[in-house]
Amino acid sequence: MLSRTADHLYWMARYTERAENTARMLDVNVQTALLPQSAHAAEQGWRAMLGISELLDAFDHKYGLMTARDVLDFMVRDPDNPSSIASCIGQARENARAVRGTLTTEVWETHNATWLELQNKLSGKLLEQDPSQFFEWVKYRSHLSRGVTIGTMLKDEAFHFIRLGTFLERADNTARILDVKFHGADHSAFADVQADEEAQHDFYYWAAILRSVSGFEIYRKVYRDVITPERVAELLMLRADMPRSLLACMEDVVGNLAQVRNDASADTERFAGKLHADLKFAKIDEILAAGLHDYLTQFLERIYELGNRLSRDFLVPLA
Amino acid sequence: MPKFFNEMYADGASAVRDHYHGFHAWLTGQPPELIAGKRTEADLIFRRVGITFAVYGDDAGTERLIPFDIIPRIIPAAEWAQLEAGLVQRVQALNMFIHDIYHEQRIVKSGVIPADQIFRNAQYRPEMQGIHVPSDIYAHIAGIDIVRAGEGEFYVLEDNLRVPSGVSYMLEDRKMMMRLFPELFSRYKVAPVAHYPDLLLDNLRSVAPVGVTDPTVVVMTPGMYNSAYFEHAFLAQQMGVELVEGKDLFVNDNAVYMRTTRGPKRVDVIYRRIDDDFLDPLAFRPDSSLGVPGLLSVYRAGRVTLANAIGTGVADDKSIYPYVPDMIRFYLSEQPILNNVPTWQCRRKEDLDYTLANLPQLVVKEVHGAGGYGMLVGPAATRAEIDAFRERLRARPEGYIAQPTLALSACPTFVESGIAPRHVDLRPFVLSGKTVSMVKGGLTRVALKDGSLVVNSSQGGGTKDTWVLEK
Repeated sequence: MLSRTADHLYWMARYTERAENTARMLDVNVQTALLPQSAHAAEQGWRAMLGISELLDAFDHKYGLMTARDVLDFMVRDPDNPSSIASCIGQARENARAVRGTLTTEVWETHNATWLELQNKLSGKLLEQDPSQFFEWVKYRSHLSRGVTIGTMLKDEAFHFIRLGTFLERADNTARILDVKFHGADHSAFADVQADEEAQHDFYYWAAILRSVSGFEIYRKVYRDVITPERVAELLMLRADMPRSLLACMEDVVGNLAQVRNDASADTERFAGKLHADLKFAKIDEILAAGLHDYLTQFLERIYELGNRLSRDFLVPLA
Repeated sequence: MPKFFNEMYADGASAVRDHYHGFHAWLTGQPPELIAGKRTEADLIFRRVGITFAVYGDDAGTERLIPFDIIPRIIPAAEWAQLEAGLVQRVQALNMFIHDIYHEQRIVKSGVIPADQIFRNAQYRPEMQGIHVPSDIYAHIAGIDIVRAGEGEFYVLEDNLRVPSGVSYMLEDRKMMMRLFPELFSRYKVAPVAHYPDLLLDNLRSVAPVGVTDPTVVVMTPGMYNSAYFEHAFLAQQMGVELVEGKDLFVNDNAVYMRTTRGPKRVDVIYRRIDDDFLDPLAFRPDSSLGVPGLLSVYRAGRVTLANAIGTGVADDKSIYPYVPDMIRFYLSEQPILNNVPTWQCRRKEDLDYTLANLPQLVVKEVHGAGGYGMLVGPAATRAEIDAFRERLRARPEGYIAQPTLALSACPTFVESGIAPRHVDLRPFVLSGKTVSMVKGGLTRVALKDGSLVVNSSQGGGTKDTWVLEK
């Protein structure tokens, strides 16, 4: 297939997945903001989230004080923010439009309808009145687009490039969601609360993280025990059966990559395979001992590099 | 307001024409709420499916629906048979004309068309002189604009031989009508049009470069912000071929390739929906980022086919239009079946005199103009406008032609106040390759404003499904 077509399909999927994960991440923060905490702690929470998305400078540049309302505006509807949910859904739809001939009618119509409905949602009051419901809607539109893709598309190259986009983006996003708490110099986002309250806050924080990746019930099922940060990290990184974990994402990346293999892609396959193997044979104690934040930072760099390699080998070749 | 031919009614609103009887009876029997509901449904479906066109000059990314009217334009079998014969004849002659002027130029040498009309025409491409194209076909896809005037006789208004568009609306309008009113299609024997993409693909494959047995065909688009992008994507999908942009193609070793995820792939036939000027920055406009550097040299070597060929614009120009009946007589030794609109060429003294004396009744057009710019519609113009135009005509008579103001036929159409007659035209699509073929039908455009003769979608025109009845 045309390299440009593959490129559009891949980015269509990445933007769709990014919109979903941004909604998930924002929802965690909206939920934790409901807990009793100081204004400083609340601001730290938003700050960490923007930081991990590499959007702190852009936000500070445009807005002054960090209020929940401004952050939501910036992350949901701001057209100047390329990672806002509105921008992502718009980009997903533009990419789909560019290759609508390659998509089934259902896939195209799903993306188009999401974009059209989004305009309605944003012009109404839903986001102000019930942000969680709005995030839920974003998530379900993403579920729908994935389901329609799997349910209607031929399992050919086009399909595999879409899936590559989905899982590469999800690996990136899950790593970021997990890393939020460790982001920035201020190790604890709850530094100014009483020490004995900290454990309790931690519980709610990690529970919110789990919920944000639809992992709360899964955690209970897998561990049948209290929520600890170590186990949350293990679940979201190393469990192959947890659909949003780094390992599960990398398995799908490696599998789809093998399906589109070409003369130039051997090195990229090796690169992806190594990243996959590192997760597969890792132990959470070792990762934590060496430092989770460092591990995740390095993981994000490798995902970024993998994305570049995919572009070079398949999507934007020079010759 | 001149009297015009009504497609549905013979004389006043009482006498329904034979071929509209069934439809008229059906429509009268439908509850108004049902029809209103169906019209809303059509709108929703078109929007969801994304059958829109981009509007230039508006905010980037603005997309509009082309209004769709549910009252079909019906053409009886006998009338279509005559139209079809006329279209085949006309397009054959036009292709022979283009081949001739880029080779022996017999028609010029025998004095039928003055040389300067051709060689000083901006659309004449000297690069094409002496170049061989497969089957000597230049206008592979022609969209011939036809109107009905006076007592109902057909006239060709314009030959579109460069990149005619609108065929996707012909197909989608039919799909919509079948979806909304399936029962109508069991009452009427309407000729199908859905096989157009297959005909088109066959046609494109038949003009592949010599020696290529299994040609790779692509559709080339200027990109998703082009007003007809929907159609480009639609046709590529329906034919099952790649939709490429200029940047997807490159020239290497005297051949055209596309960049694919599995490496370069050779391309043999390019159905291009991009103007000559933008095809190759090395040959035409150097600032074009839409084209493929080196494409022209591969084309001239006969190693890739462009459809339509380069340089067809010289045959659909308004200054050449008056000669098409002569072409038919010259190349085919036949009498033209379809009428041309009588045209006064102001470059001739006696035509200019006639035009100047009759401006209030005439339509005067710029020879190289398009889209209704630089045009005078006499009956609708003020005295001052006519006087101003008279000066322009005197200053540069060779730049203008004049035609009588045609009373375009009208077809009943849903408008805000109910159903009212609105003017229509018809664009059938004629395919030329090893043979000439077409589906029975075309795109009917309708001017939605009362009294308006402008059917262009950019000016608020709409479309109707076109039914050619089977015998």
